[in-house]
Amino acid sequence: MASRLMALWDWFDARMPSVAEEFRKHASEYYAPKNFNFWYFFGALSILVLVIQFVSGIFLTMNYKPDANLAFGSVEYIMRDVPGGWLIRYVHSTGASAFFAVVYLHMFRALLYGSYKQPRELVWIFGVLLYLTLMAEAFFGYLLPWGQMSYWGAQVIVNLFASVPFIGPDLSLWIRGDYVVSDATLNRFFALHVIAIPLVLLGLVAAHILALHDVGSNNPDGVEIKKKKGPDGHPLDGIPFHPYYTVKDIAGAVAFMMIFCVVMFFVPEMGGYFLEYNNFIPADPLKTPAHIAPVWYFTPYYSILRAVPPLFTSQFPGVMVMGIATLILFFLPWLDRSPVKSIRYRGVLYKSALAIFVVTFLVLGYLGTEPVTVWGQFGPWMGNADVATVAARVFTLLYFAFFILMPWYTAIDKSKPEPERVTM
Amino acid sequence: MRGLLVALAFLPLGCWASGAGYRLDRAPIDPRDLLSLQSGARTFVNYCLNCHGAQYMRYNRLTDLGLTEAQIREHLILTDAKVGDTMKVALSAADGKAMFGAAPPDLSVIGRSRSADWLYTYLRGFYRDAASPTGWNNAVFPQVAMPHVLWSLQGERALEIVSGKDHGPNEYRWSQVSQGTQNTVQYDTTVRDLVNFLVYVGEPAANDRKRIGIWALFALGILFIFAYALKKEYWKDVH
Repeated sequence: MASRLMALWDWFDARMPSVAEEFRKHASEYYAPKNFNFWYFFGALSILVLVIQFVSGIFLTMNYKPDANLAFGSVEYIMRDVPGGWLIRYVHSTGASAFFAVVYLHMFRALLYGSYKQPRELVWIFGVLLYLTLMAEAFFGYLLPWGQMSYWGAQVIVNLFASVPFIGPDLSLWIRGDYVVSDATLNRFFALHVIAIPLVLLGLVAAHILALHDVGSNNPDGVEIKKKKGPDGHPLDGIPFHPYYTVKDIAGAVAFMMIFCVVMFFVPEMGGYFLEYNNFIPADPLKTPAHIAPVWYFTPYYSILRAVPPLFTSQFPGVMVMGIATLILFFLPWLDRSPVKSIRYRGVLYKSALAIFVVTFLVLGYLGTEPVTVWGQFGPWMGNADVATVAARVFTLLYFAFFILMPWYTAIDKSKPEPERVTM
Repeated sequence: MRGLLVALAFLPLGCWASGAGYRLDRAPIDPRDLLSLQSGARTFVNYCLNCHGAQYMRYNRLTDLGLTEAQIREHLILTDAKVGDTMKVALSAADGKAMFGAAPPDLSVIGRSRSADWLYTYLRGFYRDAASPTGWNNAVFPQVAMPHVLWSLQGERALEIVSGKDHGPNEYRWSQVSQGTQNTVQYDTTVRDLVNFLVYVGEPAANDRKRIGIWALFALGILFIFAYALKKEYWKDVH
């Protein structure tokens, strides 16, 4: 039997040797640094979640109806009458939040170890594009259950485009395909969510990985393992990705799935953060909910949007600042002037800046989930301003300071010398 | 546009129910108490299902509650619906709006949008109010269009709301005007069972979900032991 299979493989390999070639190039002879730590699980986990979302999404599509009159009911049909439908739906809704969780941790890893620095600028740029595309995917998908939050969230976000000078109103009309979010909007968002954006995501994932494999992976020490090669031509500190990191990532994936299952089976709503309570009320274009909240993964940027005061009654400055807050990520490789990559050998300035940035991102995220009145008001000496609004403004400034001041503080920071070889 | 952004500015997640001022009681529900769920189903079909539907919930799904289809047909279907039909009502949304001023909402997922505590407090929060069109008002949902459907059980009550001093919380003084067929403990139990049922209807698969979750975690735990051992074995020679 085994020899039969080998013969079949030889037959295949003789006719299409590129399969074995690519496997060697990207797995069995792709040399990765041997000192990957906990933070290096999240790239592989992002791919795992992508696959989870593709598979669960395909099954949801079999029973979901992209029709303003039927959408809400078809989701309840999936939750009740489709065998195993509730599981598929919760896999997909938990997967959406899990996707952002692992991507945020993956991006944090890049900040920790300088993975965006030369020669990996393209890897970083494809990564940021992936992040922005993922945001679009999540936004389009959130309209589909056609609940109140779906509807009014989409209404608010599309209206942001209406604040663009001159072309705004036409632009938002073009996006919606109607004067308000309606059946036409639902249909096009469905098309974008299930095919257009996923195709872009797949292409970007391929570009991200190919760009990475051309330059090789960074590691927690930030040293280039390709500089020290053994007599066999392989990096001394490298080990083949397969089988070493495939078996390690399998263990990591199982641990991740355990956390995933705890959420999915026991707290799928996550206290209203993963599935918002108001979204169990069918969309009603005539009734604006008192509270419209984005899902947690958008809230840091939502806080920034709210923090910027309107100019001549136009919300455009806020929209622009929010846009810049995401686009500034692209420039990170050129803003960082440090001679070392890893946090291990950086000085106190970058370490402090990164710590402040993490706190800033978390506080902005928290404030985005709460009303601006959450921390009460200042007294008349501050014009009775909302404490949370003032805090969001301060933290918005800190968010931008991390990037804008980076060329300065990384240049004067006292870094330690990098070691010759990686440390375990 | 600006109105929307103003609306956006007040947005807590998941505290739809709070903030109105009246403190919510904790609903002592138990999703595995089948007798309570059956009792809730009885109250639901007798009192709620005349105006409110549960249009995504099928009658025969109530076999989850330990009932047979014959029992469901005999005791819980009060219309000419088939046992495989969903719990619809004859009252149209337009008629409902004409009669009450607001169409009675579908209750399929009310347990998920409103929360058990809100429903439990709301259904125990009706009082007589001569100024209201129906003669009833509610402490949790002021000026609610729904009259007190369970009044024959609870009896009539009056409420005096005393404004709190220095913007403090209001004080609520309840008094019983006439007795119903149930005393306070019995009525609270009736409402508890009804809310238990509404929460079940909101997600009929919830009990399955938790039961399967235990097994899934157990299986993944075993798989992790093997995955970890495999990793250890392969990595023995990496120094």
